[in-house]
Amino acid sequence: MLDVVRRPRRKGGGAVPFSALFWRLPGLRSLLLLTPPLAWFVVIYFASLVLLLITAFWTIDPFTAQIIQVWNTDNFARIIQEPAYRDIIGRTLLLAALVTLTDALLAFPFAYYMARIASRRMQTFLFAAVLLPLWASYLARVYAWILILNHSGVLNWSLQSIGLPPANIGYTNVAMWVVFSYIWLPFMIVPAYAALERVPESLLEAAGDLGARRWRAVRDVVLPLALPGVVAGSIFTFSLTLGDYITPVLVGGAGSTFIGNVVFNNIGIANNIPFAAALSMVPVAIMAVYLVVAYRLGAFEAM
Amino acid sequence: MTEEPLKQPALRVEGVRKSYGQVVAVDGVDLVVAEGEFFTLLGPSGSGKTTLLRLIAGFERPDAGRIELGGRDITSLPPYLRDTNTVFQDYALFPHMSVADNIAYGLRVKGVPKQARVKRVQRALEMVRLTGLGNRRPNQLSGGQRQRVALARAVVNEPEVLLLDEPLGALDLKLRQEMQIELKQIQKEVGITFVYVTHDQEEALTMSDRMAVLANGRIEQVGTPVEVYERPTTEFVAGFIGISNVLLRDGVRFVVRPEKIRMLAEGEQPEPGMVVESGQVEEVIYVGMSSRYLVRLDRGEQLVAVRQNMDAVGDSRRFEGRPVRLAWTPDHTYVLDTGR
Repeated sequence: MLDVVRRPRRKGGGAVPFSALFWRLPGLRSLLLLTPPLAWFVVIYFASLVLLLITAFWTIDPFTAQIIQVWNTDNFARIIQEPAYRDIIGRTLLLAALVTLTDALLAFPFAYYMARIASRRMQTFLFAAVLLPLWASYLARVYAWILILNHSGVLNWSLQSIGLPPANIGYTNVAMWVVFSYIWLPFMIVPAYAALERVPESLLEAAGDLGARRWRAVRDVVLPLALPGVVAGSIFTFSLTLGDYITPVLVGGAGSTFIGNVVFNNIGIANNIPFAAALSMVPVAIMAVYLVVAYRLGAFEAM
Repeated sequence: MTEEPLKQPALRVEGVRKSYGQVVAVDGVDLVVAEGEFFTLLGPSGSGKTTLLRLIAGFERPDAGRIELGGRDITSLPPYLRDTNTVFQDYALFPHMSVADNIAYGLRVKGVPKQARVKRVQRALEMVRLTGLGNRRPNQLSGGQRQRVALARAVVNEPEVLLLDEPLGALDLKLRQEMQIELKQIQKEVGITFVYVTHDQEEALTMSDRMAVLANGRIEQVGTPVEVYERPTTEFVAGFIGISNVLLRDGVRFVVRPEKIRMLAEGEQPEPGMVVESGQVEEVIYVGMSSRYLVRLDRGEQLVAVRQNMDAVGDSRRFEGRPVRLAWTPDHTYVLDTGR
């Protein structure tokens, strides 16, 4: 009558479920989760980047436009030596920096208001207002700006109707600066908001308690603690501007060529893929340096 | 006000009220704290003690009433203009500054020259026994060390009144007891008036010169620890501080503290003048040094008696279910306000 053989009882009864395997082999879960994206990353992305790097050291036959697979650094020498390319790189960098700075200055007070002053409802509303434009196509937004900045656009029309001279900034670098700053602003606001929200109110109280007026408390406590968030945002604004080649075509003018445009032209028109590869290494290198600096400033903990 | 012209109180709170919507957090509190006193605000959570502290610090504005610091009306001053400093419950140390910079912050804001600043920070670090840790970041310190930094950061400014909001709440029991003694020593050493918020009765009793017991935003009783423990004036105070046995005899409500109750051995005669009541031990709770006996009196009430496990009692739990006689001296009981 007595069942002498005592078998381990299981809550669910029956055989060991498959999911218990994950409990026994914790590494298995990570392996399964990471294999597809890692494979994608290594094969597709990293391999292409390596190919790009290799191609950059090749060259083409000027007559046949055939790629000559001979190791040389002519492309890089050309980039460094020809003033036109130096100008283009300098312009791209300068504008990326300017856009980043503008967005930081615009986003910080806005994010501060969102994170620390606005009511819950206002917060939700502002979040929607910041993120909603991202649903519209990038092109649609740039075209909207063309309508505003055009010689006969909304901006000039408004200025004239209140008796001011027209601004005429359409198709200039100024127009690019305005459009880029607008388009990438959400990418700065969101990380800045996240960083600001994480600064406990008690730290501000403590600073006030120790004699600091509000602005001083913000400067000494909130600003340094939110800086990693702003740096995190700047990675987006800077790299997105650095790699863009559509806005310069649409709202820029004759002197608005970006690195991306030259790369595009060398692939599509000149068919000089080795040179395009070499030139596209420039923003990659710049971003690598930028990321190291950002890492040092603690931006990755803020993301 | 004219009765004590010689000694100016460090802090005077008059008729202070604060409500959040429908909830009244502080409901008309009057308080006078003397210079150099260790004054504790004791109460359960929601009693308004922290709100009262925040009103004194200036983080909240009262709806009504007056707050005076050293005879000066500070009711409408923002925190940065008040000569108070706060030790926060979560310490609120600046994570991006070193320990020394944290402590120096108040001095820096006030424009104390660097040399004097360094010296004072050094002294403060010595005082809280953290010498040599000035270069660390707060996240490299243990909870107890952070607590000391928070204390040093406040004390170094030598405020008129130091406000402490459950500063030991996050520490474990042993460390808390050590810090209680240390905090008291530091307070004596620097001579600054402390206003200390806690919900821990023992902490309040061991540390305070005087204490106020709060409930529902009102002060129930103010007095020295001995006064409050031995002669509570309300049933709330009696119940909140220590275990109290409330009895109603001949129309009088009174309290007997468990440690004042003698459990008579079989055949033992009570001392003359003692009141004796009989009952049955319902439960014995062994707490190491002593045991707590829950006794159901024959007249219906349950009393708690405490007895040290000093004799060869062995397992005190063997008393469970036995009849027992309890005796106490009427002098050791106290009558509660009938108004409540």
